[in-house]
Amino acid sequence: MSPISPLEWPVLRQLRGRDALGRGPAVTSATTRELTSRNARADRVVQSVCPYCAVGCGQRVYVTDERVTQIEGDPDSPISRGRLCPKGSASEQLVNAPGRQTQVLYRAPRSTRWQPLERDTAIDMIARRFVQSRRRTWQDTDEQGRPLRRTMGIASLGGATLDNEENYLIKKLFTAAGAIQIENQARI
Amino acid sequence: MANSDCIVLQGGNMAEAHPVGFQWVAEAKARGATVIHIDPRFTRTSAVADRHIPIRAGSDIVLLGALINHVITHDLWFHEYVIAYTNAATIVTEDFADTDDLDGLFSGFDPESGTYDSDTWEYAQAGGGEVEDAGGEKGEQSSTEGDHGPGDQLGSGGAPLENAQVERDETLQHPRTVFQLLRRHYSRYTPAMVQEMCGIDAETFAALAETITSSSGRDRTTMWGYATGWTQHTSGAQFIRAAAVLQLLLGNVGRPGGGIMALRGHASIQGSTDIPTLFNLLPGYLPMPVAGLHDTLADYLDVVSGPGQKGFWGNADAYTVSLLKAYFGEHASAENDWCFDHLPRLTGPHGTYQTMMEMLDGGVEGYFVVGQNPAVGSANSRAQRLALAQLKWLVVRDLSLIETATWWKDSPEVASGELRTEDIETEVFFLPAATHVEKAGSFTQTQRLLQWRHKALDAPGDCQSELDFYYHLGVRIRELLAGSADERDRPLLEMTWDYALDEHGDPEPESVLKEINGYEVVPASGEGGDRTAGEGPGEAGDEGGGSAGSEAREGVGRALSGYAELAADGSTACGCWIYSGVYAEETNQAARRTPHGGDGPAQAKWGWAWPADRRILYNRASADPDGRPWSERKKWVWWDEEAGRWTGSDVPDFPAELHPHHRPEPGTGGVDGLAGDDPFVMQSDGKGWLYAPKGLVDGPFPTHYEAAESPVRNALYTQQQNPTRMLYPRGYNLDAPSAGEAGVEVYPYVFTTYRLTEHHTAGGMSRWLPYLSELQPEMFCEVSPALAAERGLTHNDWATIVSPRAVIEARVMVTDRMRPLRVDGREVHQVGLPYHWGVGEEAIVTGDAANDLLGVSLDANTQIQESKVASCDVRPGRRPRGAAAEELVADYNRRAGVTPQTGNQRLTDPEQEGRG
Ligand code: SF4
Repeated sequence: MSPISPLEWPVLRQLRGRDALGRGPAVTSATTRELTSRNARADRVVQSVCPYCAVGCGQRVYVTDERVTQIEGDPDSPISRGRLCPKGSASEQLVNAPGRQTQVLYRAPRSTRWQPLERDTAIDMIARRFVQSRRRTWQDTDEQGRPLRRTMGIASLGGATLDNEENYLIKKLFTAAGAIQIENQARI
Repeated sequence: MANSDCIVLQGGNMAEAHPVGFQWVAEAKARGATVIHIDPRFTRTSAVADRHIPIRAGSDIVLLGALINHVITHDLWFHEYVIAYTNAATIVTEDFADTDDLDGLFSGFDPESGTYDSDTWEYAQAGGGEVEDAGGEKGEQSSTEGDHGPGDQLGSGGAPLENAQVERDETLQHPRTVFQLLRRHYSRYTPAMVQEMCGIDAETFAALAETITSSSGRDRTTMWGYATGWTQHTSGAQFIRAAAVLQLLLGNVGRPGGGIMALRGHASIQGSTDIPTLFNLLPGYLPMPVAGLHDTLADYLDVVSGPGQKGFWGNADAYTVSLLKAYFGEHASAENDWCFDHLPRLTGPHGTYQTMMEMLDGGVEGYFVVGQNPAVGSANSRAQRLALAQLKWLVVRDLSLIETATWWKDSPEVASGELRTEDIETEVFFLPAATHVEKAGSFTQTQRLLQWRHKALDAPGDCQSELDFYYHLGVRIRELLAGSADERDRPLLEMTWDYALDEHGDPEPESVLKEINGYEVVPASGEGGDRTAGEGPGEAGDEGGGSAGSEAREGVGRALSGYAELAADGSTACGCWIYSGVYAEETNQAARRTPHGGDGPAQAKWGWAWPADRRILYNRASADPDGRPWSERKKWVWWDEEAGRWTGSDVPDFPAELHPHHRPEPGTGGVDGLAGDDPFVMQSDGKGWLYAPKGLVDGPFPTHYEAAESPVRNALYTQQQNPTRMLYPRGYNLDAPSAGEAGVEVYPYVFTTYRLTEHHTAGGMSRWLPYLSELQPEMFCEVSPALAAERGLTHNDWATIVSPRAVIEARVMVTDRMRPLRVDGREVHQVGLPYHWGVGEEAIVTGDAANDLLGVSLDANTQIQESKVASCDVRPGRRPRGAAAEELVADYNRRAGVTPQTGNQRLTDPEQEGRG
């Protein structure tokens, strides 16, 4: 503990220093002085974009010990100039939400509950169902014999919250598979 | 936006839905711009606007049409701009008949199918005859960028005309010029009609007209902004067209501070139409092939580009072949039409609502739902949940257990006993997703700007990005099919799927971005990239396909610098031509992050804007026909005579060296066919379209029809509703009677749905977050004091809202923000309903879903549902539980005499009109 000098009394600091009204440094305690923002202590800061609406506000993501500790507006962004709305500001909770699911779950036909499943197993099961449903529901031609080469048995919904690269792979895979019923929020 | 002199926000609540974007409106206002908000509700946007004009939901075309009429009759249109840059002077064929001649229909309507044959809407051909269309049609007009997807067979760009050998009368006196037809079409859209249909008095209308016309011209520009308040109507595409017509007349397109801005709801909703997860489009607004229309590649290209078509769609062959090369690599060759036959064919609309109905009919086995929550967020969400129970398997990928993942145990239908968990056969897979910070990739925001997100950290547990999931799913599917000789499996096996992988064996997103950007194809024979050498890769190449997981990609050469490099000879591959240039010089341009975008008004060094990094589309129109800026104040892009090229603050959206006075040889197609004063380079005649001879399925001019359900009679025509709207007469999709029909009084109120700042669509990304749940904890309805008095509703207490589809409950908010309007001689009450809540057990906050109330009636252009206006009743107290809830709805429908046929007549019986 450092020796306390009478000169450090707040009232004297107030008179001595520039902070005559006693609203700033004159009344700051040693503990407060030593506090630093968790952002200043972050291991790294990564530039990102808000995932909610189409304004596309810039974000800075602060990571400490492989955990997101804060997400703030990016002052460099010419679109948002550092601002975020309540959703963008809450997006740290999107990453660390208490209700976030991190495990693959499976519900069997007629079952009343979930059961956990290995991710690899799940992808395998889905691939098998995809191939089977595609075979069962394949349409080679229409009534007039014109080529259709498609399945109406597999559909997909979603995309407006996804990345361009992700949408690209979805459209490519489904189109090559002949599955045409792909839709996203643009139509909702 | 900050460059505007006047901003009109209509059909949206920008301050609420796009709060941070709204700072630019605030900034324009601080610089002296006038901000006007036209909306049924007084909202956070109205609070900061200079003026709020309440309007009856769904009557926007009456108002916009009256503004068009005002601008024409008072000679306030921008003469030089309109004559040079629009199709005002173009003459239309003699066979065309307007809605004024046919009482609400255009010529060519077939009541059987509910569709138009648009032959009679064509331009007259110079020297007699009609300008032949190239066989098909496409959507998307002039400045209305974005989501208004075209009907099922439509791609984008200007609808193709064989070429633009049109007859023009630049004096605009010919009675069949577009200008004269336009004048006649809107002559009955008067201030008195606005009063009667929109509930806006003549004085307010005059003030609005004065503001926008005095803020337009050489020296000033007005901007229009809209959101789902326009698109979610059975005439949604035409709402936007009406604004486009008005903006063209005022010369507000292609100029700084002008245009029509679509304010879109999701981070990458623009991106997901550009690189579509939509049934009717391929990347870059190329249409999906349709059986009978596009049976061969030659047919397809004929329809898409039309051999003599002017402008950039004339190169559709290069875009299409390059896409097929990106999809099928070495297997795509000139001999096999670049694997065009690998693409599946459409036979009509296959949108999400048609898919839902097919599910209910048992036709769909498997369903992927990715970052979306249809059990809460889609219209008629009750039918959506019943449809899910008909699936064999369902894959839900999301961050938390949304209602679409858990409906089988906690939906309202399980609670009421209508569904029994033990009887539901559907297998459900829930796979947790990665958040936006746990993966790298690009979003395209609402002004077409791609911004790259860097990855901050790995996703926890089983969480995985869609990129990783779909990549691995593709690998497994190909493994299961390996060695198959079945013709139908060839596209899957021959698809390129060999992206560069990271240390976890997951695809590198930049490897996918490079394919989207496009690259030079390196022939398998190793001859180098000599384009003229042949028709693409060597004959045999290496057969076998399916080489997943290699590091350097076979056949992938230099990244292209832009779509001008694309060729139709197989020497280039490109996954989305409009994004070409985003990876120019092997550099991720979407990741550019120069603070504030660098100097210069376009702030171009932040992200990358398509096409070709342009910030304002059609910006040739920002200069006069001679290439000079219209004014010093509105200078943007202009012709530099000395340098012999276009220059300015932005990338010119025009051939860089095309002289403003250049005139092509008549009949020249493609880019070479453009004249120096054809700024609308994606339109087949280079002009902005006041009249759409092709491309819209419900008429060349926007015309007012009432919503599918409306207690108000259409005062303009006998025809009450849009005759081309998509009808789905089903027991689970009943419609309320409209004005003039018996039983209309049972559902006397109009409700409209909307969003709040603190939540996100169906709540999947907000109702699981403690902060946001605390900010907006509960479902509510907004009603006026007058309606509260009429129905005995108490502020903070409960109300029950009934539509022909469902019943829900909500907390009552009595507020002056809702104002009854005097329309058609009587009071019309409107009820406001946010739609973020849903019934389930997992979210922090739950509540009844407003979307349960909505039916499915769709805009035939876009297949978008009408969710901004429908009919309901409101009563005090909570809703009944269990089976009693269904009984209440059934009782209402009995009293209203509702059957599946109600509201589903295409043509309005003239007899009925009198009874209105
Ligand atoms: S912070 Fe708000 S306004 Fe900005 S992108 Fe996110 S949701 Fe939209």
